[in-house]
Amino acid sequence: MFGNGQELLAFCQKENISISDAMIRRECDLFETTADEVQQCMLRQWQVMESSVEDALSKNLTSMGGLIGGEAKKLMKRQKEGTSVCGDITAKAVAYSMGVLEVNASMGVIVAAPTAGSSGILPGTLKALQEKYHWNDSQMTDALFCASAIGLIISEKATVAGAEGGCQAETGSAAAMTAAAICELMGATPEISLHAAAICLKNVMGQVCDPIAGLVEAPCQKRNGIGAANALISAEMALAGIPSLIPFDEVVEAMGHVGRSLPESLRETALGGVAATPTGCAYKDKLRQKI
Amino acid sequence: MKRISAFQVMGPVMIGPSSSHTAGALRIAQIAAHILKEPADEVIFYLYGSFAETYQGHGTDRALLAGMMGYPTDHPDIRNAYDIAREQQLKYQFIPATLKEGMHPNTVSIEVVGSSGKKLSLTGASIGGGEVIVNVINGIDVAFTGEYPTLIVQQQDRPGVAAHITSILASAGVNIGTIRMYRESRSNRAFTILETDEKLSSDLVDRILENKNIYDVFMIN
Ligand code: SF4
Repeated sequence: MFGNGQELLAFCQKENISISDAMIRRECDLFETTADEVQQCMLRQWQVMESSVEDALSKNLTSMGGLIGGEAKKLMKRQKEGTSVCGDITAKAVAYSMGVLEVNASMGVIVAAPTAGSSGILPGTLKALQEKYHWNDSQMTDALFCASAIGLIISEKATVAGAEGGCQAETGSAAAMTAAAICELMGATPEISLHAAAICLKNVMGQVCDPIAGLVEAPCQKRNGIGAANALISAEMALAGIPSLIPFDEVVEAMGHVGRSLPESLRETALGGVAATPTGCAYKDKLRQKI
Repeated sequence: MKRISAFQVMGPVMIGPSSSHTAGALRIAQIAAHILKEPADEVIFYLYGSFAETYQGHGTDRALLAGMMGYPTDHPDIRNAYDIAREQQLKYQFIPATLKEGMHPNTVSIEVVGSSGKKLSLTGASIGGGEVIVNVINGIDVAFTGEYPTLIVQQQDRPGVAAHITSILASAGVNIGTIRMYRESRSNRAFTILETDEKLSSDLVDRILENKNIYDVFMIN
């Protein structure tokens, strides 16, 4: 049906449908199921995402490695006091996204979107926007289908795994998926969604994967927060009619290429980047002593 | 090319923080628990590679214990596995060990004693995305994933055993996907491991056990 962005656009234009509709049709076609059924399944994913955001804000979470914990609440305090320098939507999106990473790091239930390390960006950003625009469940479900179309193309043409393509492939892809979904939720055309996704990926081109002590905690959590902001700002640009000069498909290919050129030390092995700094190593040693 | 579904991109629903260090670890222990077929009394986990280095920070220890006690991979109580193990009076020990040559960097060896005194040792690796492979059972090299319904037959290496098993499965209408035999080099003990398309019912086990060259049969559904 479609294997890249261009084919996706052509399909949407020919059938006069949205990206989410295209993804639902693909799912029904390939896996012999009905639209109703896949929408029900996606609704469940959204509900788990919602409870992961809720858990982040209501529970006292301690991460297994002890490198993170309590960040979402700190951020929410500023937002509630009205002293945030980001504005309400961004402040909440960043807080929620980072909160979901706290849930993940404390062995809570999350939806890998597309991976566990990048699981905060989609739920956090979409939830913050939903609170402002009051979208219903079925709109949120559609948004997740739109996001998965983008994630699918990136998986097939490049990668969404940090071990293969660095953090650009993980949190970068999650942000790109989110940006596209935001544009569709705001009523924009499929073309604008793809511009937003492309802008997003370009912003993090080359970002390495360097988890401190090998744990999915830091810098992962902050990259989820900033991934949320990346998604919002990229969507804002695309919605304003600012295109990505490089088309989505070419950006994805470039990202895959950059990922493959990263040395192994910068692909999840925790042997390079901030993980290999003196302080990064000190955290690792401290954690090992606990063992 | 294998086609990716929307739910592989937007999913799975899982327990954090890392599918290979939690879900994968849990699944290996779960397979051991299935094979043991009785509650575990005492268990030692030898951890290799990245499992040895990050097991506490990734909750691999809790996931392994939870798997040993039969919890599914997305259960919210996995993080409380230590408390639950103490309640169930399951004695446990985690021993970080040095990776051996040829071993996958996320490997665990499990030595477990069941409530009747039955012993089992099993080595498995978590190979990414929550998928696993079992490499050794009771000292015999094997290879299976537990992704499909699997029948593990512990037997004497004598003629006719495979025919006995396959005829019983055929009469039950079970389609065999793969069948492999693994021999221990010095004795005449062996494992036959079958992966099937259909789920297996427990009465098959009794019928297979009727052959005197078969010691034991384990099932993973
Ligand atoms: S730094 Fe690595 S482990 Fe952390 S979120 Fe990025 S890709 Fe995932």
